[in-house]
Amino acid sequence: MIQLTDVKKRFGDNQRWISNGINLDIADGQMTCIVGQSGEGKSVLLKQIIGLIKPTSGTITIDGLDLSKITEQEHRELFKKIGYVFQFAALLDSLNVFENVGISLLENGVPEQEVLPIVKEKLALVNLSPDILYKYPSELSGGMKKRVGLARTLINNPSIILYDEPTTGLDPINARIVFELMHDMHKRLNITSVIVSHDVEIFKYVDTVALLYEGIIKFNGPANTIWESKNPYIYQFIRGLPEGPIHTGAAAAETE
Amino acid sequence: MVIQFIDYLGMQTLKICDSVGKFIVFLLTIVRTLFTTRLKYKQLIAQMHYVGVGSMSIIFLTGSFTGLALALQSYIGFSRVGAEEFIGLVVTLGMTRELGPVLTGLMVTGRCGSSMAAEIGTMKISEQIDALTTLGIDPFQYLVVPRVVAATVIMPFVAVFSMMCGIIGGYVYCIYALGLNAETYIQIIQERVDLSDITGGLVKSAFFGFILAWVGTYQGYTTRGGARGVGIATTRSVVIGSIMILIANYFLSAFLFQTGMA
Repeated sequence: MIQLTDVKKRFGDNQRWISNGINLDIADGQMTCIVGQSGEGKSVLLKQIIGLIKPTSGTITIDGLDLSKITEQEHRELFKKIGYVFQFAALLDSLNVFENVGISLLENGVPEQEVLPIVKEKLALVNLSPDILYKYPSELSGGMKKRVGLARTLINNPSIILYDEPTTGLDPINARIVFELMHDMHKRLNITSVIVSHDVEIFKYVDTVALLYEGIIKFNGPANTIWESKNPYIYQFIRGLPEGPIHTGAAAAETE
Repeated sequence: MVIQFIDYLGMQTLKICDSVGKFIVFLLTIVRTLFTTRLKYKQLIAQMHYVGVGSMSIIFLTGSFTGLALALQSYIGFSRVGAEEFIGLVVTLGMTRELGPVLTGLMVTGRCGSSMAAEIGTMKISEQIDALTTLGIDPFQYLVVPRVVAATVIMPFVAVFSMMCGIIGGYVYCIYALGLNAETYIQIIQERVDLSDITGGLVKSAFFGFILAWVGTYQGYTTRGGARGVGIATTRSVVIGSIMILIANYFLSAFLFQTGMA
């Protein structure tokens, strides 16, 4: 279970609050999507959940462990339970697919011949052929990179996966493949998934949706009824309406 | 106006203190990681190869031509007092005590310190370092420590190569261009050069290796922004690294001289 209690974050004393008192509970095995406008701090929130960025105040607990109170070693152990899929995959340029996917095992001294079948298995899970094992990230398409990134995350058999804008830069077909893959992982492996996105297509696959606006959660509810929701923020956001409580760039310019 | 100036001065002082503090904390993290985690030998060997073997061609050229120029300049001076037999000694002492280690330090900073900053900086802005962290891999253990250890260990070997190139360059110039006696050139080196003249240079080059890797990895690790940030980090790694090497050279030379080690 992931619990965020009054999480606040700003970069510097005179800066605006990016997270301004976020409260959010994500149950085990749940697939949650955090949506919001660009620049709302969705990725910052996700990085706070995994501990890459420390909140200015508030607490984040994962399975009862308060991230602010654990040691570096405990945090490293926790990373094995939580996977993080980066927006642009963040594959290591100088390593091939095999080394990228198997890096956490290889760096822990597991012999290559033992790592190889595990890497192949994880690649198969994300529908990638072993033909790409010795290709470098620069030789892969955007969609393939994302899938390799997901396979790398799966190598530690995580119970939680955080996805940062998993379909950014992908065409609708590849975006759908990635969504289905995430959904499949979630169902098959009972993984708790938190997805940051502003693609409304994601609602078909997730259990709950949280809308982030002005640093707080303005809506948190089930995804299957979201299109019927009367919450003015979610109503405006999912329909992409310029009029409503959410200040869009265009609306703000007109006001000025 | 005066208040604004004092305000500006205060802000700049705080900025410098902040930067120096972060630089020192980075060094302490390197030391802590080195002594508390397992050294990544694969990365270490790769970095030693890159810094050492990869730098041989530029070290050969800079060392040789420095030796040639040093022999020429020494000849101009010594020929005025009829002391040409000392050229070999001056070239050797110049190369072993100063020019070999310092030139090697500066050249390797330009070649490897900059690439460390660029490589780690690119990894930083493309979230590759964050990716390592989320996979439970310590970026200091994986990226920083192998580079710092490799540069520190391999630099004395590179410096020896530079010294040899310089001395041979001086020999070639004296014998083939000036027509001086080959035996005299070698004999005075054998008689007058002590082991401490060489060991002092090696100690200094190890320090220079440490400095260039420390500065290069720090600049890379603290890169912000996009491509421009990587460019700034790369430039800083060369400028700051070179200046630190030249400053450290004086203090190390003075220390080694005063303690009688060189």
